Amino acid sequence: MAGTVPPIPNPLCGRSPVAFRDGPFENLKVPLAWTAAVVAVVAIIGAVLLLISDRRTADAESSYSTLRGGFETVVGPVSNVLAAPVHWFGDASSFIGGYFFAVSENRRLKAEIADLRSWRDEAIALKNVNGRYEAMLGLRSEPAVAMVAGRAISDARGPFNRAKLLDVGSSKGVRVGNPVLNEDGLVGRISGVTGGVSRMIMLTDVASRLPVLIDRTDARAVMTGDGSGNPRLEFVRGTGSVQPGDRILSSGDGGGLPRGIPIGVAAKGVDGSWRVKLFSDRGAIDYVRVLLFQDFGQLINPDALNAAPLAGLTTAPEPNAAQAAAIADAAARRRAAAEAQAARAAAAANAPAPTPAPATPAASTPTPRPVARPAQPSAAAPAPTTPAPAQPDPAPAGAP
Amino acid sequence: MKRSTAVRVVGPLQWIVYPALAVVAATIILGMPVQLFGLHLPEPVIPMVLAFCWPLIRPSMIAPAVLFGLGVFLDLFWEGPLGLWSLALMSVYCTVLFARNLIAGHEGLIRFAWYAACTLGAFLMAYLIVAMRSGNPPAILSLVLQVLPTLLLYPAVDWLLERFDDSDTRFR
Repeated sequence: MAGTVPPIPNPLCGRSPVAFRDGPFENLKVPLAWTAAVVAVVAIIGAVLLLISDRRTADAESSYSTLRGGFETVVGPVSNVLAAPVHWFGDASSFIGGYFFAVSENRRLKAEIADLRSWRDEAIALKNVNGRYEAMLGLRSEPAVAMVAGRAISDARGPFNRAKLLDVGSSKGVRVGNPVLNEDGLVGRISGVTGGVSRMIMLTDVASRLPVLIDRTDARAVMTGDGSGNPRLEFVRGTGSVQPGDRILSSGDGGGLPRGIPIGVAAKGVDGSWRVKLFSDRGAIDYVRVLLFQDFGQLINPDALNAAPLAGLTTAPEPNAAQAAAIADAAARRRAAAEAQAARAAAAANAPAPTPAPATPAASTPTPRPVARPAQPSAAAPAPTTPAPAQPDPAPAGAP
Repeated sequence: MKRSTAVRVVGPLQWIVYPALAVVAATIILGMPVQLFGLHLPEPVIPMVLAFCWPLIRPSMIAPAVLFGLGVFLDLFWEGPLGLWSLALMSVYCTVLFARNLIAGHEGLIRFAWYAACTLGAFLMAYLIVAMRSGNPPAILSLVLQVLPTLLLYPAVDWLLERFDDSDTRFR
């Protein structure tokens, strides 16, 4: 056919040449299923290695805390932006609800105030008595611990993880291990922190363990989360130490939490185990307070703890004018007496040596054993005011 | 005379990247601390949909890598042990990849049964891993409350398979 040019055979290999730009791998048949399987197996091996290497400390801090912190630094603002409309919606709905239910709410609040007024008076009286007892017994009362308010911006509610991301971080003093409360009670503890956000592991997480006490009997137990809404009470000491309705408080054992933070009430679970109905579940856990509590060592002054045993004697209050005058008068008297004593000693030293006389030693004052003395005593070694007589030992009466 | 035919090309951007981004966004949105009528939002494992669909749509090297990344994202976002959901999702991917010839062509109840079986297997694996790591088995009720919303995502599985399975004419 006219116009068609047959390909020029390559003298080197006998085939037509293929340029690289023509795509020599275009017709390469790659077994897609096998390559996908290889990648999947490699990913499974990587996941297993991650699982093995990810360990948690006693404060539930991950060994990949740097990676988690970086991730939360990125995700925190995104979640904050996404959560903002939801919070606006919640505030608007509560505003509308408050408007429509103002009358019934007012009645309820008046009744509650009337009920609480007697409790307030009783609490003030008890606080006064308690303060006096503490002062009399020398008890070390725990000072107030600073708090930081924050807001939950994301939430994990699955069976394997119960955690929240808070919009306060180390820039506000939050540290790993700080307890977190809402207006009703304890919610959880901080398990990871970055500059602007922090991660809170909740009491219901499977990794959560908390030493608690039963308020009525002061019995101790360990509250263990299991991913459900009501944590279990384990290792309850004593028989009959727990009853349904008993208040559960933090015991402060181990120093990780302050003592007496309200947690919930005891209840029997359907599986027969003791469980805790959390106070914090009474409302939404959105606004929380992070207690800047580290351990019991924070509650005392380390300088006072490490001071010498009698260092407290230097802390006496300054004397008033009368006391200061009395102290100065006593000091002047002591100083005058000391000067008079020194003057008598000097006069005795300068006096001539006394002639020995038959002395009658005082029966009440023992006389030292006679020793050979120089004729002129030196001033450096003042002699006694009465020179030692040369006489035998004044043995006491009845002595052998 | 050679007649030109329209070749519809569905690249990884359409069936891997965009769905993965949508899954991440949905997970973040459902992770908001919101209570409606006293109830929390559901928390399904949304990447389970992709772990089941991607090997059925087409075997690919990119899909398992992205799925691994989604698992790491879930572990970081939910404060779980790193590698937990990566392992669970990859186990679903591998299972479906090897059973691809058995599942392909089925629709309706059979496909849902496969999806449910894969989902339950992945959750069982995660449950055992968490129970062994913490020495404390998670509550069954809360497990059910996460499995159920995940199973209810089956319409998304169906839609993805109808949308992308056999959609690239080059693979016919």
